[in-house]
Amino acid sequence: MSYIKIRDVSFMYPNGVLAVENINLDIEKGENIAIIGQNGAGKTTTVKLLNGLLKPTKGAVMVGDMDTREYTTAQMSRVVGYVFQNPDDQIFHPTVISEVEFGPRILKFDEKKKDELVNYALEITGLKEYREENPYDLPHSIRKFVTIASIIAMDSQVMIFDEPTAGQDLVGIQRLSDILKEMLQKGKTLITITHDMEFVAENFDRVIVMANKKIIASGTAKEIFWNPEVLEEAMLKPPHVSRVCRELGLGSNIIRIDEAIEAIIAKT
Amino acid sequence: MGVVIELRNVTYSYPLADKPAIKDVSLKVEEGKFYGVIGKNGSGKTTLCSIIRGFAPSFFKGELEGEVLLYGKPMSEYDQGELALHMGYVFQNPFNQISGVKETVFEEVAFGLENFGVPVEEIEERVMDIMKLTKIDHLAEQHPFELSGGQQQRLALASILVLEPDIMVIDEPTSQLDPEGTESVFEIISQLKKARKTVILVEHKVDLIAEYADEIFVLNDGELIKSGDKHDVLTDVSLLDHGVQLPQMAVLGHRLRKRGLNLDYIPITEKEAKDVIGRLIYREAQ
Ligand SMILES: Nc1ncnc2c1ncn2[C@@H]1O[C@H](COP(=O)(O)OP(=O)(O)OP(=O)(O)O)[C@@H](O)[C@H]1O
Ligand SMILES: Nc1ncnc2c1ncn2[C@@H]1O[C@H](COP(=O)(O)OP(=O)(O)O)[C@@H](O)[C@H]1O
Ligand SMILES: [Mg+2]
Ligand SMILES: [Mg+2]
Repeated sequence: MSYIKIRDVSFMYPNGVLAVENINLDIEKGENIAIIGQNGAGKTTTVKLLNGLLKPTKGAVMVGDMDTREYTTAQMSRVVGYVFQNPDDQIFHPTVISEVEFGPRILKFDEKKKDELVNYALEITGLKEYREENPYDLPHSIRKFVTIASIIAMDSQVMIFDEPTAGQDLVGIQRLSDILKEMLQKGKTLITITHDMEFVAENFDRVIVMANKKIIASGTAKEIFWNPEVLEEAMLKPPHVSRVCRELGLGSNIIRIDEAIEAIIAKT
Repeated sequence: MGVVIELRNVTYSYPLADKPAIKDVSLKVEEGKFYGVIGKNGSGKTTLCSIIRGFAPSFFKGELEGEVLLYGKPMSEYDQGELALHMGYVFQNPFNQISGVKETVFEEVAFGLENFGVPVEEIEERVMDIMKLTKIDHLAEQHPFELSGGQQQRLALASILVLEPDIMVIDEPTSQLDPEGTESVFEIISQLKKARKTVILVEHKVDLIAEYADEIFVLNDGELIKSGDKHDVLTDVSLLDHGVQLPQMAVLGHRLRKRGLNLDYIPITEKEAKDVIGRLIYREAQ
């Protein structure tokens, strides 16, 4: 039995927009998954269904033995941490430290565990120097790391990152990559939504593609990026190196620069 | 080509800041060109946009030294209404753009035109066209706050494009967009050149800057550390030391050279990469 199960789930917003239609998905503990797909495809809605911010209007979502319909969002968020797409929807404390401490405090971790987790979270997100700052005085890119730190400090089994790569520079992207690796080592289950295909090629074991309210494919990054039908339906583009290698007739599964270099050298 | 904006030794500090956010920057922006502004987070890109748009110092206060000229006249001599007619500004965060007073996407896009007193029939036509162009026409009746992140960002861009200003300052308009949406935004922006519009665009997606922009400004710690033709700028490995990514094709090119391959030049776009690597393979096959 899978750890997370989405069964025949649909979700309709109160305004009548059907955002997700009849989706099924199984996720195992310790997986590192990317969700990709067009704007409005239903990615954010899907992950909000996982942590109980939204409840399915049809079907069921199970995390472990918890059916999200039977638990409050607060109860679900002990198990499934969600980093909002827009940090401003998440942050409500006047300092970075109070924001990051909020989760472990609510979870009633003892002081020692709380401090350890908070310090660790600030360290790994590069926020130590901003402890006492107001999150709203920080640039968007750093504010996103404040929300990531808040989730890490809660130490939940599942961590969901909604578009963490948006607006990040080279250092920010590298930091995200390091955070994912470290969380994975800790045995966390990771789900990341992103539009950065190079980031997907470099960082994930499994890729889920959404298009028009549905999950249309699930597979390795290589399988997805070399599947023209899926790419077309989801209107996605593979990494630049994939496109160049394809047109030069160099192998049929290149998605990373390293692989491209070896393939080119082999031909010259 | 005519210079539309010029900065002469501009140094700017936000109120209470201990150091300037922009340091001694001099630059010229020419009519009808597409400029890409790149630099790591906090390097001053947004601040530079605010100065060019005239928000700093008039709105943010703080202290500005040096000169900022719009069509040769000091920025401080324009009133806000005039500036809004000349220049459009798309904020980095789409939430800051959306007025919050309109109930539908359609009305939101029409808002600025109403303020400019454009006749109703013309408003309708222009709004419909822009919504199609930015692919939000199917959302016309939806509430601006009941959109996905990417849809909001498209709306923010649409509500400025519809005003057809001569100069557009656009701060990271594609950060939440899917790859196809991102490409179409660049496509739309580069089309503006045909109408002799001038575009200043902040972006982290250097691969697309490489494809579409004409010239590049690189900022680091508030200083303009490099500017000029995109090919010269985007093949310069020293950018990496300043936390700026190079286009993936340039990275590929540099690494192939390091491995001993004799590339004729360092590519910055897919097309160039295909050309220069293709030649190499062809030579080998001879
Ligand atoms: N709060 C809301 N109220 C009503 N409809 C909404 C709301 N949020 C999103 N929607 C609609 O639900 C659909 C799916 O949105 P969702 O936010 O899940 O997309 P997404 O795949 O995360 O897109 P993006 O890449 O742009 O973030 C869209 O059609 C959107 O307009
Ligand atoms: N409204 C503001 N008030 C005070 N300081 C600011 C403000 N906006 C930006 N800064 C500071 O100015 C510098 C440049 O920031 P910014 O222009 O936002 O950079 P970028 O857009 O390149 O990320 C940073 O040190 C930042 O903290
Ligand atoms: Mg989303
Ligand atoms: Mg900025």
